[in-house]
Amino acid sequence: MSDRLIGIIIALMALAFFASATQLEAPFFSDPVGPKLFPYFISIIAFLASFRMIFMPDEKPTWPVLSTFANLGIAIMVLVFYAYSLRPLGFLVPTALCASILSYQIRPKYMTSLITGISLSIGLFIIFKFFLGLGLFAFPRWIWG
Amino acid sequence: MDLGLIMELLANLSLGFSIALTTTTLMLAVIGCILGTMIGALPGLGPTNGVAILIPISFTLGLDATQALVLMTSVYYGAMYGGRISSILLNIPGDEPAVMTTLDGYPMAKNGKAGDALVLSGFASFVGAFLATIGLMLLAPMLAQVAFMFGPAEYFALYLLAFCTLGGLGSNNQAKAAISVCLGLGIAMIGVDSSTGLTRFTGGNLHLFDGIDFLVAIVGLFAITEIFVFIESHGKETAIGVKLEKITIPIKEIVYTRWTVLRGSCVGFVAGLLPGAGASIGSFLAYMSEKAIVKDNSSFGKGDPRGVAAPEAGNNAAAGGALIPMLTLGIPGSGTTAVLLALLMTLNITPGPLLFTERPEVVWGLIATLLIANVMLLILNVPLVKFFTKILQVPASILLPGVTMISFVGIYSLTGSHFDLLLMIGFGVLGYFLRKFDIPSVPVILGILLGGHMEVSLRRAMVLSDGDWTYLLSSPISIGLWVAAILGFVAPIFLKSILKKPTPTQ
Repeated sequence: MSDRLIGIIIALMALAFFASATQLEAPFFSDPVGPKLFPYFISIIAFLASFRMIFMPDEKPTWPVLSTFANLGIAIMVLVFYAYSLRPLGFLVPTALCASILSYQIRPKYMTSLITGISLSIGLFIIFKFFLGLGLFAFPRWIWG
Repeated sequence: MDLGLIMELLANLSLGFSIALTTTTLMLAVIGCILGTMIGALPGLGPTNGVAILIPISFTLGLDATQALVLMTSVYYGAMYGGRISSILLNIPGDEPAVMTTLDGYPMAKNGKAGDALVLSGFASFVGAFLATIGLMLLAPMLAQVAFMFGPAEYFALYLLAFCTLGGLGSNNQAKAAISVCLGLGIAMIGVDSSTGLTRFTGGNLHLFDGIDFLVAIVGLFAITEIFVFIESHGKETAIGVKLEKITIPIKEIVYTRWTVLRGSCVGFVAGLLPGAGASIGSFLAYMSEKAIVKDNSSFGKGDPRGVAAPEAGNNAAAGGALIPMLTLGIPGSGTTAVLLALLMTLNITPGPLLFTERPEVVWGLIATLLIANVMLLILNVPLVKFFTKILQVPASILLPGVTMISFVGIYSLTGSHFDLLLMIGFGVLGYFLRKFDIPSVPVILGILLGGHMEVSLRRAMVLSDGDWTYLLSSPISIGLWVAAILGFVAPIFLKSILKKPTPTQ
């Protein structure tokens, strides 16, 4: 069933891609092919291939239980937070925090994860800053002014 | 081969060694070999994602083109060696090409011959990689000459061949491989169209006008995906397997497997040459053909030394062979060579026949380094193999967060944009679902890398012929490539029963 569902989604995406390509307005002086044709080909092939998934689906993949999905959701949120915090909050604190949480999610032991996060943060900072010479800031810049 | 060609080869080689033997380059090769072996050995990190996360870092180091290439190809060769270590000791392949080594390597280790299996496979790796590098040296300049005859129609057919063989051989389900290719090609269409200046598929988002940086996609698909997979499995796969006692050199076994190693190297090298096939197919074909050739194959799968030597020779030879289409035609043969191609493109080096005439120092410096790196790797992987077995004890709960943080810092220092980091996370999520649905992710990368070139070559061909489609099939080379492409995609469907991959014994 999973395969069928994703096959339908892919078919719809291919149609959307095709429709989006038709909206492109080729300039007057264009080459014989123009900017539309190649995207058309791509969407047609994807559309045809999705039929195989819809009508001849493979075995259902083993989906994780709901709590694991929740964990994956948390992991994504942690990564997004990390992406936004890296510049304003400096390297050390966000890295320690995120690495600890991810480590805990792989192996749920509080102390080990915390130590892992803090050591990774400090270790990587030393490597990046002093061996590779990246312009990282350890702490938020407003602390140093 | 006549004398002039030999003289030219020697002159080129001496140019290469004059570059490779400088202190900086040698240092980089040593670092690359050590890092590569570690990356290959660690389950969860293979050559593709290992090289992928190191690329942004190597840029920030300010290395020049040759140095960056030396570092990365040493990592690439090293990872091919390292993959066998966890295959043999843990029954977990360290990377995809090492899957076949688990079949006989782990049983051999369980029989108390772990040391012998490691040394034998290290030696087989050396022979495979060495012969392939010689092959690269001889064949690549010749293929570069042929590549001069390629016009846009031929290149279009060649790209098609790469996608078809990759889809046909690399996946169990051709439709899923085709979807994966289309996904990559579709992503490649995002941004400003180079021929008309029109922006396509950006949805008005300014960040997308330059298109999606392939490094962001590569690191997302290969490194970030891994953290999700490990969170799901809770790192259960990193159990400690067989203990390694003393390391001796099993001369008897090395002599016994000498023809196996040679055969495996040849099969692997040819597999590597095929665009889209690469090291996984190389080790697979080397193992299967060896099993078919030998008279008594009843001990295969139960710890036969030939079953360890053949795939290791095959995968290392394929790794060398795969560099040939990558350097001469700009067509990567595997996931990792695709990542190396991304490195070249970011360094503003266009692979192709002109590379050999315009930037000989890059090509021959690389070849000389590969020869040197290979000797270093033999030393690292036979006498010093014990050190690398210690690395296997690094738990996933430390390794994966570390890899993730390195990926973020690498991409951020390269592009300096939050949007790219979010995009990278998006590709990580995409990679997780692709893996769940058994849709291969390497074709996505190849599509993103080559999509623009493929479209441009099609449009150039049509400009040259004034819109006449038969032009695509107007030369013997392009007809040959089209036939090969169709065969490469269709034939595996019929050969499925023969090409079925054996599963490791539990």
